[in-house]
Amino acid sequence: MSRSKFGIITNGILAENPTFVQCIGLCPTLAVTTSVANGLGMGIAATFVLIASNAVISLLRKMVPDEVRIPIFIVVIAGFVTVIEFLMKGFAPELNKSLGIFIPLIVVNCIILARAEAFASKNGVFESALDGVGMGLGFTIALMFLGSIREIFGGGTWFGMPVVSFEPAMLIVLAPGGFIILGCCMGAFRAIQARAKGIGAAPAEASTGCGCCAMAKFCHKDKDNCEEAKA
Amino acid sequence: MTFTELVLLFISSIFVHNILLSRFLGCCPFMGVSSKLKTAQGMGAAVVFVIVLASLMTWLTYNYLLVPLHLEYLYTLSFILVIAALVQFVELALKKLNPVLYKSLGIFLPLITTNCAVLGVAVLNMNEGYGLAAALVNALGSSLGFLLAISLMAGIRERIEDNEGIPVSLRGLPMALITAGLMSIAFMGFTGIIK
Repeated sequence: MSRSKFGIITNGILAENPTFVQCIGLCPTLAVTTSVANGLGMGIAATFVLIASNAVISLLRKMVPDEVRIPIFIVVIAGFVTVIEFLMKGFAPELNKSLGIFIPLIVVNCIILARAEAFASKNGVFESALDGVGMGLGFTIALMFLGSIREIFGGGTWFGMPVVSFEPAMLIVLAPGGFIILGCCMGAFRAIQARAKGIGAAPAEASTGCGCCAMAKFCHKDKDNCEEAKA
Repeated sequence: MTFTELVLLFISSIFVHNILLSRFLGCCPFMGVSSKLKTAQGMGAAVVFVIVLASLMTWLTYNYLLVPLHLEYLYTLSFILVIAALVQFVELALKKLNPVLYKSLGIFLPLITTNCAVLGVAVLNMNEGYGLAAALVNALGSSLGFLLAISLMAGIRERIEDNEGIPVSLRGLPMALITAGLMSIAFMGFTGIIK
């Protein structure tokens, strides 16, 4: 790896931001960003799992046979998710309650498996842990950003403190607001990116189909039958 | 649970607590595989199949293995293993027994292991303390809700795909998300039907 250590961290925050650029891990992003505190809590939990599982998977990378690597990665990830669940129950029961089902669902968060496959299984322990830090930070920042918008405009507060004088729009905190705000933020992110690259430059190709699925690399099904693969 | 309660649970899991539009489970395939109606329906059908089977298996695992052994805290680990094994098994069985069905559903099966809807429904069943019948009804309703939402979404996306009026930076995923938001508003209208 020729990239600098610092570059690995910033890569996760900007160039390959899991939410806005790679568009993966959408479920927790939509579900927990009803308030900025929830977003922060989810971000910290996912970051912990990312760093720990990246480090362990990197340690195991030479021992694990290629054919069974995915189940082994999942077991490692599920182990750390159980740990964080216990920690949250013990130290932050309120947060645990408001995140609810999305804590066990960190196991199937595509970001973690995607990083295990794309980075940790090919790089050293230290680099993998750093990649976990970067990706985790990128995810946390995105969650806090969305959480702030939704809490301020939907609830009129920020970290529970009242900040606005106008009547907040309840819809933004409810389910539809999650989709709409994320869609608008993603569009704005792309517009800014396109402008930074130069006026008239085409925005990043919309990642749909297999492109945005973390499992695409393992999907060894006959590609002739897969319309998504052909597209 | 009485029969009426089961019927209400079925309807509420399809419409009121739609798994995609109100619980936010399974958004990755919802966004990723919804650009063509045919593929979306294939994915939806595979999800119905796997969620119902997985709910049965995880319910049995939890109530007859984890609870007697006092290992409830291992549910995340054991559920994901059961689901992964089940998906592999279904894939093999389908390939041997019904190649036609395999051709239409098979390609989606490996993607389903990491679909949070499957694990999500299993964990919900456990958290709510559903009996076997209620768990299966909830699984069937939730997965039919998934099929409904993803088919509607694909139908809409096929129509707006080539719309020149959409700003360039909103094309594709951002527009799909906004569409999903509008669909979600429509589904909120069902909230009142069940008390």
